Amino acid sequence: MRTDELIELLSTNVEPVDHRQTARSIHIAIAASIVVALGVVFITLGPRTDLISVGALIPALFKIAATAVLFIPASIFLIRLARPGGEYRTPVALIALPFITIMVLAVITLTSAPGSHWKETILSDEWLECVISIPLIAIVPFAVIAWAVRQMAPTDLARAGAFVGLVAGCVSAIGYAFHCADDSVPFFAVWYGGTIALCTLAGWKLGPKLLRW
Amino acid sequence: MLANEAELRSLMRAGLRGDAAAYRVLLSRLSANLRAYYKGKLARIGRTATEAEDLTQEALMAIHTRRHTYDPSAPLLPWVHAIARYKLIDHLRQTRALMSDLPIENAEDLVAQDDHAAIESAYDVKGMLNQLPDKMRRTIQLTKLEGLSVAEVASRCNMSESDVKVSVHRGMKALMASIGRKRAPQ
Repeated sequence: MRTDELIELLSTNVEPVDHRQTARSIHIAIAASIVVALGVVFITLGPRTDLISVGALIPALFKIAATAVLFIPASIFLIRLARPGGEYRTPVALIALPFITIMVLAVITLTSAPGSHWKETILSDEWLECVISIPLIAIVPFAVIAWAVRQMAPTDLARAGAFVGLVAGCVSAIGYAFHCADDSVPFFAVWYGGTIALCTLAGWKLGPKLLRW
Repeated sequence: MLANEAELRSLMRAGLRGDAAAYRVLLSRLSANLRAYYKGKLARIGRTATEAEDLTQEALMAIHTRRHTYDPSAPLLPWVHAIARYKLIDHLRQTRALMSDLPIENAEDLVAQDDHAAIESAYDVKGMLNQLPDKMRRTIQLTKLEGLSVAEVASRCNMSESDVKVSVHRGMKALMASIGRKRAPQ
């Protein structure tokens, strides 16, 4: 086939397209995955029993808000990275800022406590459940968001994949925060931060295979 | 270069609204840029001109089928360049000659040269068209190759206009997919 024949074929009676439709499908995918994560947490794990008391509500809200500070810029970057060439105009390194802030807060909290308490602050009863739950809950959000991102033809698959993992990890952590009854900042920083980082790493590895178009 | 960007972008915007003439001009201008880009990259590693033509056509098809991902408020050339480069890397990976570190480029590389010396690619669209289901083949033939309007095709084939649109849309998708699969062995 000659290239001008192909151009004829593609341009004759070309249909108008709605360029907003694809960004919309990512928004819908992210919203749907939040619903899924909350649903899974409320049905299988159940919300923490003391959620109505102020003493529990405030730390729970802190965990949700701190995760949202990571989740919101991550989603904005993901929507940019999802388009061809999006990687040229996305300063992805900025995403480290909320991470570093939480880590600094955790270190400050730890240093203000006596050294003998460090181990039980971080390795409290719930750490294993947290480490297993957040990645597991993230699986369905990851799949849904990856599907939507693939429709937008990302051209840097590893980076787009990493952000799919990051957003899915955040969504999952927000859901899990409704169940998790450990309210210390170091616990949050290590296990929430660690599992979200793990999801990001998994997305970075899987991106080139899953997002290929 | 900037004049180029502005002009191509306005052609693209018109194309997205369904302006076939502007879209045709855009694709033929881009095809010359793409051809020069691929010839330059492939010549360096001893590949043939046919391969460059295959890639040019693949990139054009990708631009067409993914045109909804172009954000009209952003510059066009980085978007085209990203697709062109993605298709090149994908091609090299498939043909097992990993050029793992393609040097860092600017979007300007793409429009640095034109090449109008088109040759035939290895794809046989007519042959592939014949493998599509009857309805798709007929509607594509009439709308895309003979240039009839959707309304004319609808009355000629005894179909509703929306049926024609759906059938063309699905057929084009199938056609692009089969072209993607049937890369001729080099």
